[in-house]
Amino acid sequence: MNLEILGISVLWIFLFGYVIVASIDFGAGFFNAYSLLTNRSHILTEIIKRYLSPVWEVTNVFLVFFFVGIVGFFPQTAFYYGTVLLVPVSISLILLAVRGSYYAFESYGSTGHKGYAFAYGVAGLLIPASLSVVLTISEGGFIEIVNGKPVLDYWKLYTNPLSWSIVLLSIAAVLYISAVFLTWYAWKAKDKKASDLMRRYALIWAAPLIITAVGIVIEMRGHNEEHYERMVSLWPMFGLSGILFLLTVWFIWRKRNYGLSVILLILQFALAFFSYGASHYPYLLYPYLTIHDGFTNEEMAIALVIAFIAGLCLLLPSIYLLFRLFLFNKDYVTGERNDHA
Amino acid sequence: MINESAVFWSRVLTEVTLSFHIIYATIGVGIPLMIMIAQWVGYKNNDEHYILLARRWTRGFVITVAVGVVTGTAIGLQLSLLWPNFMELAGQVIALPLFMETFAFFFEAIFLGIYLYTWDRFDSQKKHMLLLIPVAIGASMSAVFITIVNSFMNAPQGFEILDGELVNIQPLIAMFNPAMPTKVAHVLVTAYMTSAFILASITAVRFLKGSDHIYHKKAMYLLMKLGLIFSIASALIGDFSGKYLAEYQPEKLAAAEWHFETEKGAPLTLFGVLDGEEIKYKITVPYALSILAHSNPNAEVIGLNEFPEDEIPPLYIHYLFNIMVFIGMLMVLVSLVYLMAKSRRWAFIKTKWFNWVVVLGGPLSIIAIEAGWWLAEVGRQPWILRGLMRTEQGATTSDNVDLMLVLFCILYLVLGIGSIIVLRRMFRSNPIEKEIADRESEKGGIAR
Repeated sequence: MNLEILGISVLWIFLFGYVIVASIDFGAGFFNAYSLLTNRSHILTEIIKRYLSPVWEVTNVFLVFFFVGIVGFFPQTAFYYGTVLLVPVSISLILLAVRGSYYAFESYGSTGHKGYAFAYGVAGLLIPASLSVVLTISEGGFIEIVNGKPVLDYWKLYTNPLSWSIVLLSIAAVLYISAVFLTWYAWKAKDKKASDLMRRYALIWAAPLIITAVGIVIEMRGHNEEHYERMVSLWPMFGLSGILFLLTVWFIWRKRNYGLSVILLILQFALAFFSYGASHYPYLLYPYLTIHDGFTNEEMAIALVIAFIAGLCLLLPSIYLLFRLFLFNKDYVTGERNDHA
Repeated sequence: MINESAVFWSRVLTEVTLSFHIIYATIGVGIPLMIMIAQWVGYKNNDEHYILLARRWTRGFVITVAVGVVTGTAIGLQLSLLWPNFMELAGQVIALPLFMETFAFFFEAIFLGIYLYTWDRFDSQKKHMLLLIPVAIGASMSAVFITIVNSFMNAPQGFEILDGELVNIQPLIAMFNPAMPTKVAHVLVTAYMTSAFILASITAVRFLKGSDHIYHKKAMYLLMKLGLIFSIASALIGDFSGKYLAEYQPEKLAAAEWHFETEKGAPLTLFGVLDGEEIKYKITVPYALSILAHSNPNAEVIGLNEFPEDEIPPLYIHYLFNIMVFIGMLMVLVSLVYLMAKSRRWAFIKTKWFNWVVVLGGPLSIIAIEAGWWLAEVGRQPWILRGLMRTEQGATTSDNVDLMLVLFCILYLVLGIGSIIVLRRMFRSNPIEKEIADRESEKGGIAR
């Protein structure tokens, strides 16, 4: 395995980490707002707060890690993506800032305000939608090189069905992942009401998820045939991911094995996410930038890999400690412990 | 092809974002150390007041961290969005510290979360205190790494350019560039100093409001001691920075000092107003610039006239230099006077006017931080990479930067006002007297 593949794999793993933790976070915000609107907040708010409080900061770091890492390993991405993404990414940034700070303001400083909670929930759905534009652009066809500078064709982007399918998929995935996770978390907290409510949401969002996912594969055929063919050649992976999805829904439907469901859910998304990533190979931005010509010099690559391994030696035990103290601590999850500052 | 208006607005947006971010970032670097020291003193002396000090600072700190994190994410991405050509080049040479910074940040975020939510969980305060070490280290290390990136922009090295291609890249040489030691050290100690004076300023507000609680007295004494140590350290390292500039970036020093002619035994110009070629209302200290630059009253200091006109920074940085130095000296004086008065039992430190001076110390220190960064950054104009890449060559070519500037300004306004409102509400509804009473009743087993 050469350094390019190692680099992109590491970054893809962290992006996957972000997709999972951020989905739980964003979905939780939306469900919280929705339950406020339907006067069911007493069921969900406590559970959501207990999960989010110790981890909201860590979620953000996964994203920072990804975008700093990609500029480090693939500096040319800064030139292409940096130039064209000014508007969409700036909007994501503003939404992220509103959300991140609002959560802290709300939980440490003030009492609930319905309007804010609503804005918080909506921002959570708009962020994945605005970030997923990057995925659409990477498929090619939206950027033209004018005078040696990349220029993004917004009209083409916003009128293309592929863009909207990816947006819909990201929203459905956020809500589904979050609902399945919170079903399990609430069940672990012995909060049957919250668990039942989240179970219902999980089942509701399962259908749009699978419809949009299949739809994208079909649209890809017309948009980027090369990519479509590589995806088809990986069909066993996508098929397996589909089976895992069906199993998860089955367990949730039968109100069994919620813990296992979460594991299956993560495996399902991991398979689909990494197969999609593999089928994208070798392009970072079709057709201008491959991972081979965008790669940094060898000296920097080696330095980054060493820094990464050293960093991981610090990070993994710390994350384990965080999980042991909160996610896997029975007294904390059930609300019997409340040791906050 | 350079897009002139994109260059201008990119500079403004970067400046606005950074100026807003460094307020929260400075607090984010310094306060964890203050919390750690308070917790440590409390644990050592078995004094509940210091433990409470740590606890209350932490609570307020969370709000500032939240704003620091989100604006830090913004500047992190804006680097690539607004300066794509610069980042493409820098990515090849200086990505290592940028990458390491995210680890430091990760580390801090995890342990801050743990520290915050395990307040009464452990039997001994020692275990809980140990959690603060990674928080303080993570906070300081992220400042170290990001300042290394900035110092590379002032003194780029660790690579060669052969026919427009970068060759012979050495990431470690790029990191340990000549600007790095003074920059990193100055950033760290001024962050500690500013945090100490901000907390002291909050404490002084309590005195002005009439509180006479022993808790505030202990806090003030501790903070003034720390403030004195770090402000003296800041001044010392500031002097080293002057010597670095004389050696490696003489045009920045000369512009900051309005030193035009190269001469031996150069005088230092304090204050003054530039009127065309002439400097009015200035105070001149003979030989001081030579001493500042080379520790030798007769040493030669290079003047601005030695440089081509399009390679010298704007001359207004002289005012920024004055503001920074003046405030720094003032704060050394204030903390020194306080501590002397304390040991000799002079009563004037309890007066209203002295407390007002301490109250102003916090905001003044922030102003000094801002002035210092503007001096450092404007002082390397017209370069984004000194001697290598001019600022306009690094900027984006895309339109709409002005519109993004408006959006971000609104965001920062909301965040700034929001954080102040939340912090005020947090401490108003729960003054120290109430918290101490609550904790005592908790211990008595009445409420749990």
